Amino acid sequence: MRYQFMTAALAVTTALPFAGPAAATDLEVTHWWTSGGEAAAVAEFAKAFDATGNRWVDGAIAGSGGTARPIMISRITGGDPMGATQFNHGRQAEELVEAGLMRDLTDLATRDKWTEIVQPKSLLDGCTLDGKIYCVPVNIHSWQWLWLSNAAFEKAGVPVPKNWNEYVAAAPALEKAGIQPLAVGGQPWQASGAFDVLLTAVGGTDTFLKVYRDKDAEFAAGPEVAKVFKAADDARKMAKNTNVQDWNQATNLVITGKAGGQIMGDWAQGEFQVAGQTAGKDYTCLPGLGLNEVIATGGDAFYFPLLQDAEKSKAQEALAETLLDPKTQVAFNLKKGSLPVRGDVDLEAANDCMKKGLDILAKGSVMPWTDQLLSQDTQKQKEDLFSEFFAKPDMTVEEAQKRFADIVASAD
Amino acid sequence: MSKSERPNQLFRNLNAKVASIPMVLTALVIFVGGSAWTVLYSFTNSKLLPRLNFVGLDQYYRLWSTPRWLISIENLLVYGVLSLVFSLVIGFMLAALLDQKIRFEDTFRTIFLYPFALSFIVTGLVWQWLLNPEFGIQGVVRGLGWESFNFDPLYNSSIVIYGITIAALWQGTGLIMCLMLAGLRGIDEDIWKAARVDGIPMWKTYLFIIIPMMRPVFVTALVIIAAGIVKVYDLVVAQTSGGPGIASEVPAKYVYDYMFFAQNLGQGFAASTMMLLSVLIVIVPWAYLEFGGRKRV
Repeated sequence: MRYQFMTAALAVTTALPFAGPAAATDLEVTHWWTSGGEAAAVAEFAKAFDATGNRWVDGAIAGSGGTARPIMISRITGGDPMGATQFNHGRQAEELVEAGLMRDLTDLATRDKWTEIVQPKSLLDGCTLDGKIYCVPVNIHSWQWLWLSNAAFEKAGVPVPKNWNEYVAAAPALEKAGIQPLAVGGQPWQASGAFDVLLTAVGGTDTFLKVYRDKDAEFAAGPEVAKVFKAADDARKMAKNTNVQDWNQATNLVITGKAGGQIMGDWAQGEFQVAGQTAGKDYTCLPGLGLNEVIATGGDAFYFPLLQDAEKSKAQEALAETLLDPKTQVAFNLKKGSLPVRGDVDLEAANDCMKKGLDILAKGSVMPWTDQLLSQDTQKQKEDLFSEFFAKPDMTVEEAQKRFADIVASAD
Repeated sequence: MSKSERPNQLFRNLNAKVASIPMVLTALVIFVGGSAWTVLYSFTNSKLLPRLNFVGLDQYYRLWSTPRWLISIENLLVYGVLSLVFSLVIGFMLAALLDQKIRFEDTFRTIFLYPFALSFIVTGLVWQWLLNPEFGIQGVVRGLGWESFNFDPLYNSSIVIYGITIAALWQGTGLIMCLMLAGLRGIDEDIWKAARVDGIPMWKTYLFIIIPMMRPVFVTALVIIAAGIVKVYDLVVAQTSGGPGIASEVPAKYVYDYMFFAQNLGQGFAASTMMLLSVLIVIVPWAYLEFGGRKRV
């Protein structure tokens, strides 16, 4: 009996390499897209890649990017690289690239003319190190959105605000109606992200770049940024007593009209969609908080670890081509709720908010985001500061700004 | 019996010594070697990957000027003192009460020990719900009609660490109780009889006779509690993830966050070296007193 089993097992293992077409290569792809909409979106990639005659082996890692990235990194540095992996393009994988662990895609990029098809061009900058291209951007996610519940404002008897200042002015009315004016979840990145959005919206794009790109600590301690901290103080007062942790719980407060609004990236849109709400009717979205309509070119990208296996290396190229394919781009981004990386694709099915985003993109009002400008170390320090600032009402604005300037001074 | 007058000390119990070589090697390479490696790299500016690029004490300067680290240390002290004192006191009280030859002792013992079977993650989640102002204790009491009742430690920066301590005590005192109970059962019945004959009140017997006799049990309990205090991490992650803000951060979480989320190995290593140092500061004098003193006798 056991002998039979062994031979059967042996037969299967020896037969496997010959099964199927000769070109079929398994490629493991790791990512952290595990929520409903995200999983549906990534399935589009898998379908398109399987159609090329290769096989997508899904390596989804549950939890957010924060949980997934250490696992991915330790696999790559530990000598067990996957075929391809998601990162946010920018500086998350910088050291892996420097250590020569990632594949240089420059040849492929030149052949397929990525510099021409990828729009906006700054997206590829996030993938470029020393003039070489190391990743394939697949979508654009921008942080600068304010999501407002129309029902909440109706209940409070005030018109739905058109920008941040009107929103702050409407806060007392919301509060009187028993509605939480602003929802900010307890996860540290939410407070830090909300501040960055205020920095672009209230301070302006130049202020943002001067602080995060030029790392001008003196400027960060100055009056321009003090204005932003004043706005952050308003946000802190409006967000008092939110008492939820996850971003989607906070979004849910807006969906149910328990909170007036939320500063959150365009991934929040998926939640409104799942809840069956219509943009413009049930909720309002204000890009750049209605003050400074720009889109940050953050987002997701795929990196390809350097592999010895020639077959798999070829499959990596096929995957890279698939990811940028116009049809895949449309299918993926519609499900994901993000914007495509090519300007030449048609997103007819996009909803109002996505169309607003596409318009801004078409106008070329884009800017780099913190993922591209700051190291993870600096990001974490920023998160620590702002989660403390939002949770501690007795922390003064001056003290917070001083500590912020210190972080900018030591930023890299 | 044997011809040699003084057998070579090195070859006595040779089998036992050979058998323990793997463990000795593991201890040397993994514990001592790993610690030395960590300390060495804490003086470098390693980011995502370890690199030998020395920057002196920079990582330590940064560490001790980081508010989050200082809050972590403060929290550890509060948590440590409270859980040490209350684990021992409550554990001993429960054991002493159970030792009064009460009925259903087994049942009570099981009830008290049961939380220990749960991991810190589960404990943390359970207490997150219990301490949730809307669904937990506060909600229930308000539902009974006491509208102004306020008990939401997990959402109040200044008392959040006590909320975590409560959960830790709930989970850990059962084990301490069992240890104490075993210790109490090890005390000779005659000592109780003698104390009773002399007319010593019960509390005095416990305080001046029984507890000093139970010293080894207390030392064991102390080591177990102390080790649990320094490495507390999962409880905080499950209950508050360090919140609100950074009010319930602990050193172990700082180490993890900076090593893996912030991709700054140097900073994480510096923090873990400080943790090692704090353990050594506690352990070394104690070990010296405990083991060094005995040789002189």
